[in-house]
Amino acid sequence: MKLKKLLQVFWTFFKIGAFTFGGGYAMIPLIQNEAVEKRHWVTDDDILEIVAIAESTPGPIAINSATFVGYRAAGVLGSVCGTLGVVLPSFVIILALSFVLQEFQALRAVQYAFFGIRAGVLALLIKALWTMYKKSPKGWPAYVVMGLSFLLTAVFSINVIFVIIGCAIFGLVTSRILKKGEVA
Amino acid sequence: MVFLELFLTFFTIGIVTFGGGYAMLPMIQEQVAARWGDLITEAQLVDFVAVSESTPGPFAINMATYIGSVVGGEQGGFMWQVLGSFCATMGVVLPSFIIILIVARIYDRFKESTIVKGCMTGLKPAVVGLIAGAVLNVMGTVFCPGGWAAALLSTPAFYISGAIAVTMVILAFKKVPPIVIICLSAAIGIAVGYMGLLD
Repeated sequence: MKLKKLLQVFWTFFKIGAFTFGGGYAMIPLIQNEAVEKRHWVTDDDILEIVAIAESTPGPIAINSATFVGYRAAGVLGSVCGTLGVVLPSFVIILALSFVLQEFQALRAVQYAFFGIRAGVLALLIKALWTMYKKSPKGWPAYVVMGLSFLLTAVFSINVIFVIIGCAIFGLVTSRILKKGEVA
Repeated sequence: MVFLELFLTFFTIGIVTFGGGYAMLPMIQEQVAARWGDLITEAQLVDFVAVSESTPGPFAINMATYIGSVVGGEQGGFMWQVLGSFCATMGVVLPSFIIILIVARIYDRFKESTIVKGCMTGLKPAVVGLIAGAVLNVMGTVFCPGGWAAALLSTPAFYISGAIAVTMVILAFKKVPPIVIICLSAAIGIAVGYMGLLD
């Protein structure tokens, strides 16, 4: 019984990993369909929780949700199966592609294609920047953090890790101070 | 030991990037340039962002697998490539995996934690600033592949890149899926290439 459930968890997330492009939020509806409606491993509320957790923990949303749903469905082994399932398709596809890419990189058509693609990626990044901006808190502490993290990494080449840790501490401190101000 | 380096580098990336996806790009750019700049150029990294977007699966896993494969492949043949991919992918997956296992047990306390909420008010805008840095970086790769001075001589490639980028920004904001944008950009690149506008 247990083994069957583990296999189900693996297979469910394998399918999700193999068929969602771009990852992240694109996976949520699929997870909902499979894990809530078909298998009843988690509830709709759990899915909302997963999104909230994924946003406040490090790492890709796909891994976060596979681990979480797997755990709820079948414990620690379930989380291992879910995570392996969602990773494996990408892993195999990209490994295969990395061979192909190295072979075809020298082709003229491929070089022309990538010339166009680089500009397209720039556009996608600008869109991602806008999406992240909309999701971010507003107000002066947030704008200070945005400006500083940009300047420190892009202009002064400070290590990204230090900038991230610094911004987390800054957020923690300012949110405490602002809250105290509200109370008083 | 390059495999340990791959694992630890991606483990660190996995720990400190919140929000997933493109939030990882600034850190990947920084680490790849510092450690494996001789193997993977900035332009190749941008190319691979496109490949990651047009293949299934999470962006972070795709990037880790690819970089692991290239760096591992420097050590020898196929098996080294697989090992490199494996180390990088395990590295980027493991932090989330462990943290979620812990959070799944203490979820209610985690949800109400003012410390977590406080840190998030700093982390969310930080990601915006970091991605803005990545945008600037990629702009450099697209518009001035030969440095700022060469770009000022403004070749046709400079204007064509600009035209593609502006068109695709408009399409992206009209919610055209990323894979369509990448395919269109590739088609335009091939067309202008064979028209001889890029040489």
